[in-house]
Amino acid sequence: MSSLLKVTDLVVSYGGIEALKGISFDVGQGQIVTLIGANGAGKSTTLRTIAGLVPHKDGRINYEGRDITDLNTQKIVENGIALVPEGRRVFANLTVLENLRIGAYLRKDKDLIEEDIQYVYELFPRLKERSWQLAGTLSGGEQQMLAVGRAVMTRPKLIMMDEPSLGLAPLVVRDIFSIIRTLKGTGMTVLLIEQNANAALHACDYAYVMETGKITLSGTGEELLASEAIQEAYLGKTGR
Amino acid sequence: MNVWDTVFPYLLSGISVGGQYALIAIGYTMVYGILRLINFAHGDVFMVAGIVMVYIASSGLPIWVCIPLVLLITVFVGFLIERVAYKPLRSAPRMSVMISAIGVSYALQNLVLYVTGGLNKQYPTIPWISDTVVIGPAKTKLVTVITPILVIALVVALVLLINKTKIGMAMRAVSKDFETSQLMGIKINNVISATFIIGSFLAGVGSILYFTNYPTVIQTSGAMPGLKAFVAAVFGGIGSIPGAVIGAFIIGIMENIIKGLDVILFKAGIISGPMGLATFSDAFTFALLIVILIVKPTGLFGEKVTDKV
Repeated sequence: MSSLLKVTDLVVSYGGIEALKGISFDVGQGQIVTLIGANGAGKSTTLRTIAGLVPHKDGRINYEGRDITDLNTQKIVENGIALVPEGRRVFANLTVLENLRIGAYLRKDKDLIEEDIQYVYELFPRLKERSWQLAGTLSGGEQQMLAVGRAVMTRPKLIMMDEPSLGLAPLVVRDIFSIIRTLKGTGMTVLLIEQNANAALHACDYAYVMETGKITLSGTGEELLASEAIQEAYLGKTGR
Repeated sequence: MNVWDTVFPYLLSGISVGGQYALIAIGYTMVYGILRLINFAHGDVFMVAGIVMVYIASSGLPIWVCIPLVLLITVFVGFLIERVAYKPLRSAPRMSVMISAIGVSYALQNLVLYVTGGLNKQYPTIPWISDTVVIGPAKTKLVTVITPILVIALVVALVLLINKTKIGMAMRAVSKDFETSQLMGIKINNVISATFIIGSFLAGVGSILYFTNYPTVIQTSGAMPGLKAFVAAVFGGIGSIPGAVIGAFIIGIMENIIKGLDVILFKAGIISGPMGLATFSDAFTFALLIVILIVKPTGLFGEKVTDKV
């Protein structure tokens, strides 16, 4: 499997504290890769650094074989990397439809934009019903769907999701994970951060475990699910 | 009848002045909406537009060249201020940007003082809009009638721009969330520049209408109208464009009614002689601000204050 994204020795520090202490990982083309770990392990920082929102101190980020470490966010988005931010961050003062359109802000292919809006509405029929509603009036689950739909509108090759299941009802979480698999089916590569380690490990092709700014373990989903250390730390001692 | 005839001219000029305040107030409210910044230099941009008109008109260029030229220069000044004084402070605390704005305000005033030598500069007579018209019991300049019509047309155009165009959508998105807007590929700085360009353009139009009613411009000419427009923006709910416009009309009308209060009350037989109430017309604006801030801190159309993280 060729790698779409390759992070090498990435170091990020905030005000003298190193949030990432030189992490390296690969995201294979067409895979679902997940980073799991406790709060404060540096998972969000990793995604935000890849998206160009946080400056890095050292290390390289390669994407499609090119070095994108020093590109700004706009260029990174242009290159086909989308981030679904933590806490959804939909534009509450825009309608559902406008939120999708703004996802396509950089695109010039008008006909395809309309097609993609219909595609997102097929993925999330609830959004179609609420097309003209302000995004701020949606429920948490609907907002998460919108945030994912908005990212899909950028036509990404790599979609990064920061805690998409956080604070959602179990049924909605199931929907979100089934959408993640659907996206993978269309050829998209997914880099997923989850506090719901169990669901993430079941969904992913490969997983990395982060602890306080370092990657301590990695393996396929099955391998990590079977590991005793992981069961103890992230899945509850009894496992499931 | 008689009282109405007395009130009408004041009402008319109130609507006109209100419209001019509205054009300035929109600039305050839009910049606040996006940057959460009170752009103290905005009133001075308005004044600079007046001074620029003085110099350009004295060069003998025909007026139909002067007006677009003045607007162009005003827009450039607004754009430049943002790039030089606010953009480098994008991630600085808001207080620093505010101090920078105050600095720009004085820099502009001092620059104009230097150029004009502190003399009152005669504002050129703009043909047509300076013509006298008679409407019912009022005799006034045509600009008084044109102002509200032009303001409404510009506001409608602006609202369409914000609600129906791509750049308008980007403005609304950026005003809510910088970071997520960046993730959509929006160039934040371009959107902010567009906001300053629109605000300065409207202030430029406002300055032409406003100074047509006054004989001269001086470096401090922007202070009072700027302050009134700011109050109008707060009154309407800062961040809200319709709020700023309505607030400006209310302040303009009330202020002018107070200016005529002596005459009106006398005609109505309530008072028997002049009381000098007109003196309080400026104080009224600020009294209104205080009352509004007590009763409804977010203004007429203001959103709940949510601090941006």
